[in-house]
Amino acid sequence: MTETKPQIQFSLEALQQVHEILLQYPADKSKSALLPLLHLAQAEFGGWLSAETMDYVASILKIQPIEVYEVASFYSMYNLKPVGKYLIEVCQTSSCWMCGAEDIVRYLEKKLQVETGQPTQDGMFQIKTVECLGSCGTAPMFQIGDKYYENLTFEKIDTILDELRAENKYSRYV
Amino acid sequence: MGKKLLLQYDHIPGINTFEVYRQNNGYKSVEKALKTMKPEEIVEQVKVSGLRGRGGAGFPTGMKWSFLAKPEGVARYLVCNADESEPGTFKDRYLMERIPHLLIEGMITSSFALGANTSYIYVRGEYFYIIKILQKAIKEAYAAGFLGKNILGTGYDLDLFVQPGGGAYICGEETALIESLEGKRGNPRIKPPFPAIAGLWGCPTVVNNVETIAAVVPIVNDGGEAYAAIGIGKSTGTKLISASGHINKPGVYEIELGVPVEEFIYSDEYCGGIRNGKKLKAVVAGGSSVPILPTELILKTANGEPRLMSYESLGDGGFATGTMMGSGGFIAMDEDTSVVKNLFTFARFYHHESCGQCSPCREGTGWMEKILKKFIDGKATLKDIDLLWDIQSKIEGKTICPLGEAAAWPVAAAIRHFRPEFEEYVNNPQSIHDVKHYFRLNGLVEA
Repeated sequence: MTETKPQIQFSLEALQQVHEILLQYPADKSKSALLPLLHLAQAEFGGWLSAETMDYVASILKIQPIEVYEVASFYSMYNLKPVGKYLIEVCQTSSCWMCGAEDIVRYLEKKLQVETGQPTQDGMFQIKTVECLGSCGTAPMFQIGDKYYENLTFEKIDTILDELRAENKYSRYV
Repeated sequence: MGKKLLLQYDHIPGINTFEVYRQNNGYKSVEKALKTMKPEEIVEQVKVSGLRGRGGAGFPTGMKWSFLAKPEGVARYLVCNADESEPGTFKDRYLMERIPHLLIEGMITSSFALGANTSYIYVRGEYFYIIKILQKAIKEAYAAGFLGKNILGTGYDLDLFVQPGGGAYICGEETALIESLEGKRGNPRIKPPFPAIAGLWGCPTVVNNVETIAAVVPIVNDGGEAYAAIGIGKSTGTKLISASGHINKPGVYEIELGVPVEEFIYSDEYCGGIRNGKKLKAVVAGGSSVPILPTELILKTANGEPRLMSYESLGDGGFATGTMMGSGGFIAMDEDTSVVKNLFTFARFYHHESCGQCSPCREGTGWMEKILKKFIDGKATLKDIDLLWDIQSKIEGKTICPLGEAAAWPVAAAIRHFRPEFEEYVNNPQSIHDVKHYFRLNGLVEA
């Protein structure tokens, strides 16, 4: 079996963060850093986890790539395919549904002229329906990166989308 | 006004900072515990307090602590469960966002009681902005000498770290949480052994909910007896309730256990009644997993007694006519709400969140979602009601962890109390299918 060296590399700032994260666990338990490192990698490398990115994380933690794949595919926050620059995660469970989550999704689809799950033509936005985000008292809501947008109305959505379009960065959790 | 133990300083500007928190009796329990108490005395006070796990299961915290194994030379861990994901629940988020130091104080005092020198707060990944708030607060606590080596000169060392999840409801189950903290998929473990014997990295571990750990602070400060004097019967102390749905004042309320449900829903101190002058139809009182109850049963027990916000009163009548306190996720539905459609959102949720280890849950949740979708689409038959009942009855008690039950109970309760509505979906789908029937938004109209 030949090992291919990943071509990608964390920024110096991210490497510093990796170092700090690894200090949180006993020296022989560094696999515990896998989830935080995947968040960091997703933020660093374009908002999703390619096989190359996951192999790179495996090489840092000295674990098998499969140990990374099986984790990345289990949790809902890791994107295994490229996504729009701003991933709009609309909560659709119970209280949010009661307060109009389906209308929020329909409005976004109409406004962005895109179906849920697909990036917009310019690659700027992508709608994703998600399960309860713990914002039931401020429903309806969506999350973009680490920010919660709550008590949504159509007017608020218009403003949010305009602001993000002007900002033009990748949404990130970390 | 009821007594507040956790949110009493919530209104003070800057209470999220170390300085202001400290000025308002902050970190007193750490001083008292580390300087004047033995670890076993703290465990005893928690036992006396009658505190029950606030994450949903309601297991006595002092008893859980006393099960912790203490083999010589083996590290012990305290892990805080901040994976709050039960639909309808947002109290831990509120507490961590507004008063992060209360959780950190509780972590220090509790870690000392359990003999842990490294502790973790496992926060659901979606709450990344909360993680940043906690990390900042932890840094402040280190700088003030409340974390790190030789805390307050007592010789006690504690490191406290925040760990993000990756988006998975199942990681709120304590052994799945431990798996996740070890960098694995969140598959619950078969018990025994329980985490108290073999938890994080095989070491004795206690996993407690955010609110539970926060409650240790007033228990240590004022004593377990003072805590037990609040509340009613075996439901001691206060509880954070996340109130949502069709109420005038959604939000997080700290109640003294024992407040009548009717007062909680209609008084201006709490939910302020039902929105837009509508009538109440049903309530899910403790997060998505607990049985839904129609108005008449949530306000009064089957015996006609006023129903109270307590573990015993909410549970009165068993699942036939009662429900559970659960996580305190209180979802109120007005008269226009479709119980069937709401149930569909729960079923979709549990199907999405099942880890897939156990067939009854993995397959059953999928079938329940699929069949409920048939009702929503007007394609169900009367036999499908019985089929749904049959499926839910074959999940309960047949899985490694309680996610199976959590998925089955809401289905059973909806059929038990709202069977005619299921029948209406079959017999007269058009009447229910009016889209406006579902979406009455606060000021929003159909796009």
